[in-house]
Parts: sequence; C-alpha cells; structure tokens
Amino acid sequence: MQTFTRRQSLALAAALAAGAALPRAALADTKAEAAELIKRFADGKEPMKSTVTLDLPEIAENGNTVPLSVKVASPMTAQSYVTDLLIVADGNPNAKTAALKFSPLSGKAEASLRIRLAQTQTVTALAKMNDGSVYMDQKVVKVTIGGCGG
Amino acid sequence: MAENKPRIKLPKEAGKGEIVQIKTLITHPMESGQRKDADGKPIPRKIINRFVCEFNGKPVFEADLETAISANPYIEFFAKVEDEGTFTFTWVDDDNVVTTAQEHIALKA
Repeated sequence: MQTFTRRQSLALAAALAAGAALPRAALADTKAEAAELIKRFADGKEPMKSTVTLDLPEIAENGNTVPLSVKVASPMTAQSYVTDLLIVADGNPNAKTAALKFSPLSGKAEASLRIRLAQTQTVTALAKMNDGSVYMDQKVVKVTIGGCGG
Repeated sequence: MAENKPRIKLPKEAGKGEIVQIKTLITHPMESGQRKDADGKPIPRKIINRFVCEFNGKPVFEADLETAISANPYIEFFAKVEDEGTFTFTWVDDDNVVTTAQEHIALKA
C-alpha cells in the first residue's frame, strides 16, 4: 500500500477542489440570469412577497415533469387585474420558464403547468398588475432525478 | 405518437358570469436542445413556444413557453363566460407550425 507524500496529498486536494468548483460556476451563471430577468420584469419596482402563491412539490421525484400551480389574489376586473406573470428557475440551463398573460376575461389569475427542473433550485413567480405593482412568491424544489435530458 | 394533437377539457355550458376551468394538452416532444444523440451531437431545440386562448376573438390567456416546459405541454387556466361563443386555442412551435382547436360553450338558461 503506497503512502502519499505530503506534496501528493496537497496536489490531490487541489485537483478535487478544482473539479468541484466547475458545477458550482455553472449554477452561479443561471442565478445571475434569473436575477436579471426578475429585475427587468419588476421595472424599477421592488416585488412584494404577497398576493402570489406558487405551488410546487417540496421534492420532485422526476425533474422531467414537475407540476406547478400559480395563483394571484386579484379581483380580475377592468379596474384591477393581473397583466403578466413571469416564472423563473435559477438552476436550469435557461432561467426563463414561462411568461403568462391574463386579462379580465380570465376570471381568475391562476394557471397550472408542468415544468422541467435540472437540479435542486429556487423557482420564482412574479405577477405584474395593471397599475404596475409587482408581487412575487418563491419555492425551493429538491430534485432527485434532474430533467433537462443529459 | 401523433405530433401536435391537442386535447381540451372545458364545460359545454356555463351560467352567465361563471368562471370555468380549461385544461389543455398537446402532444409534442418539447426538445430542449440540451440532449445529445447516440453520437454525442446535440439534438436541436424544437419546442412549442406560444399558446393563445381567445373567446369570440378576444384574448383570454396567453403563454410564452420556454425549454423548461415538459414534453406534451399541459396548460390549465380559467375563463369568465359572459356570453355563449367559441374558444379558440392556438399553439405555435419554433418552426412556426400552428395547431388550432375550437370549443363552443353555451349559456345555461
């Protein structure tokens, strides 16, 4: 059984650290993209963490199809209604997931979709009202089997 | 699997002013562009990127979809029914292939 010299141990540790750094760098890029999309959607307003309810499972068994539901408490009348809703996922190859448009004819600002999540990450839903105000909700989803196809 | 085959579920009639739930499903692989084939070459992206629902010509609900939407996109939403009429549903993919469907709804007497 060969014993490692101190130099070999340090080299091994450095190599492991370098290898481990790569996936984290990829995740960081999408976080920045997600933050940028949120900033652009909010258009100078600070999103308030209320009014929007984002429903996602705590643990997604299959990242290829994760059920998502979003609802915004709004009367959906011509005076007060949700115009746009943006869904962003900060750990996917592309952070933008969907952009929904409602109208008073929607009756309710609620929708359900099935999405792909590549890994454990935070999904954010932002709603914009006809008066420009922005609300949001966020959920962290743990993903056991990633679903972006690799 | 037949590509771009839509299925719609919504009530045949509603009371005036009633809000109905609409469920839609369409077959489509929603190729994200992330997968690689057996030779390691990336399979190009091909997804449905837009969904529109109108009632008697007026927009009810729209969605711009990205690669993170699962294969065979399922979209569920609501509509307030003030008159009898026709819902039209439109899906558009990256190659501008358009699929449409229609459903009529009557007002309860």
